[in-house]
Amino acid sequence: MSPLGMSELESIDERSLRTGSVAGGLAVEPAEASGSPREALPPGGRVSELSGETVGEVRAENAFMIAEGVNVYYGDNHAIKNVTLEVGRHQVLALIGPSGCGKSTFLRCLNRMNDSIESARVTGKITLDGQDIYSKKLDPVVLRARVGMVFQKPNPFPKSIYDNVAYGPRIHGLAADRAELDHIVMTSLDRAGLLKEVRDRLDEPCSALDPIATARIEDLIDELAENYAIVIVTHSMQQAARVSQRVAYFHLGTLVEVDETNRIFTNPQHKLTEDYITGRIG
Amino acid sequence: MVNDSHRSTLSKVEAGLARRHTKEWMFRSFGLMATAVGVVFLAVFFWTLIAQGASAFAQAYIELDIEFSADVLAPDGEIDLAYADFDAVVRNSLREQFPEVSGRRERRELYRLVSIAAGYMVRDALERNPELLGSTVPMLLPAAADVDMVVKGNIDRNLDEAQRPVSDAQLEWIDQLTADGRLATRFNTALFVNGDSREPELAGIRGALMGSFYMLLVTILMSFPIGTAAAIYLEEFAPRNRWADLVEVNINNLAAVPSIVFGLLGLAVFINWVALPRSSPLVGGLVLSLITLPVVIIASRAAIKAVPPSIREAALGLGASKMQVVSHHVLPLAMPGILTGTIIGMSRALGESAPLLMIGMVAFIVDVPAGFSDPTTALPVQVYLWADSPERAFAERTSAAIIVLLGFLLVMNLAAVIMRKRVERQW
Repeated sequence: MSPLGMSELESIDERSLRTGSVAGGLAVEPAEASGSPREALPPGGRVSELSGETVGEVRAENAFMIAEGVNVYYGDNHAIKNVTLEVGRHQVLALIGPSGCGKSTFLRCLNRMNDSIESARVTGKITLDGQDIYSKKLDPVVLRARVGMVFQKPNPFPKSIYDNVAYGPRIHGLAADRAELDHIVMTSLDRAGLLKEVRDRLDEPCSALDPIATARIEDLIDELAENYAIVIVTHSMQQAARVSQRVAYFHLGTLVEVDETNRIFTNPQHKLTEDYITGRIG
Repeated sequence: MVNDSHRSTLSKVEAGLARRHTKEWMFRSFGLMATAVGVVFLAVFFWTLIAQGASAFAQAYIELDIEFSADVLAPDGEIDLAYADFDAVVRNSLREQFPEVSGRRERRELYRLVSIAAGYMVRDALERNPELLGSTVPMLLPAAADVDMVVKGNIDRNLDEAQRPVSDAQLEWIDQLTADGRLATRFNTALFVNGDSREPELAGIRGALMGSFYMLLVTILMSFPIGTAAAIYLEEFAPRNRWADLVEVNINNLAAVPSIVFGLLGLAVFINWVALPRSSPLVGGLVLSLITLPVVIIASRAAIKAVPPSIREAALGLGASKMQVVSHHVLPLAMPGILTGTIIGMSRALGESAPLLMIGMVAFIVDVPAGFSDPTTALPVQVYLWADSPERAFAERTSAAIIVLLGFLLVMNLAAVIMRKRVERQW
């Protein structure tokens, strides 16, 4: 049973756009999409109204995490409206959409981070490997040990680099002794491509660390997808095109369209999706 | 046309400029004045305090050749320290010093030069070293408070004899003793080693100092853990509902309740109901805890609220339990703020006197307390008691007690600042 990793990489991606590591402009047509079997226009033309119905395919092959009719309210604000979405095993799903469309809120539902917000109320059903994650019997601590989360803004603890990396294994008691913990920390840093940079300064504050290149993170996502299901929120369509197999487009709390990545970027079936990926709204 | 409107905008801005500058200048000078007034008041306060109190740290001592005469002390050949007439020994040596003095009245005036406790000091010396019996040794004995005042210049010699507490004859003896080098001021150890006394030359603040110390110990042991725990519960665990609001309003109100009301509460609950010993540092500390708790809770809540939510989310996201989030991250980050709140509360507790009056700590207590249940008084109450005493010498001792109180406060705050710096994280 593989845990599900999720990451929000908005800020890192914006940085890479600025530094030019990603081609600028609206290159939303990946090369492999040229041989798409679909026609230019779906039969019957594009759906244009925001009806609350999701177009495309919300079901995933070999579904691992299933959200069924999820609504989220922050007080009176209906932030997520009746979202049904599946994440497949070993799949990278990218959530895209304009700011405030609810993609981060949906992400937070997946490991019950909304529990800590007093006014938040979640209805509907989310299952992880067949288990209801909002069940009263499930301790969120256990859930979060399986469903990790990387936040949009870097939020290191005010501790050393070593202590930051070792925090998770420590609270869950994963290492029997110091040597094992050292090993976990070293291999983690190595996989993130940081070991060379920080080997001699593990006792320094974590905030002294520079952000690493987006390309390295994207490689890591590919690597992790072999063992994990990954949901990533991004503002960059190029990044979504590079790392994901499926893309979900959110608009004003509604899941407008879900489909395979190349289909979304070459032949969106909803007018709003098309407007977003071509830059008319954002 | 465009140029014209541009110019008129600029001219309007310039027209208002002078007024803006004037206002800025006025505000700055007002602020400067306010600061200056504060500094002047502080300077006057410290100057008067030190000018009045500094002399209390010195005390006039008279050196007398004490003859531990066996005839006087042990007329039956056997000495009984409790009943032997040590005052007579002191009187004899004073007479020896001034053989020309005769007559009952004159002699009585002569005897009044030394403190009435001189006899006890002679006894203590003999108790320490019994071999002194039969020998004559020079001893330093504290001068009476009035003599002390004359030496320090606090009694005007030019006043009419009837209007000053020392007679012309006494003044003459004082001058003679000073000329002989037998009368001089030395550091006033009595001020720091003795408890309270009716005699100014013997009165010390040791009792009040220890009383305040024990009381603060009780206060910090009560209010720091209880206040921190309450703040953590209210901020991190308690549901936000009407009850939480009610508790919050009540805590804020309690912080503003006059302290004497807490004194009455302490009297009713701790002394009358729980029957804890009256005038004890234990009851005083409990009452002061009640006073400081709201302050500690409010400051701790603010400190906990200031911990960035991203830290909590990061820990929660890794699967930390609520308790782990609090103990690993929130509490260490909030600790400097919590300590600041506790220091403010403790400073307030140290300076409180009104509630202590209600629980009997205003009593005249000579003994230095040896524990939490011994009757005692506190530094601010000691200041109040001495300020109330008519003797001239108590005036300077009142100022000295205030200086010690402020010193205590300074040391306490300094220790707290060092402690806070130690727990503060640099990154």
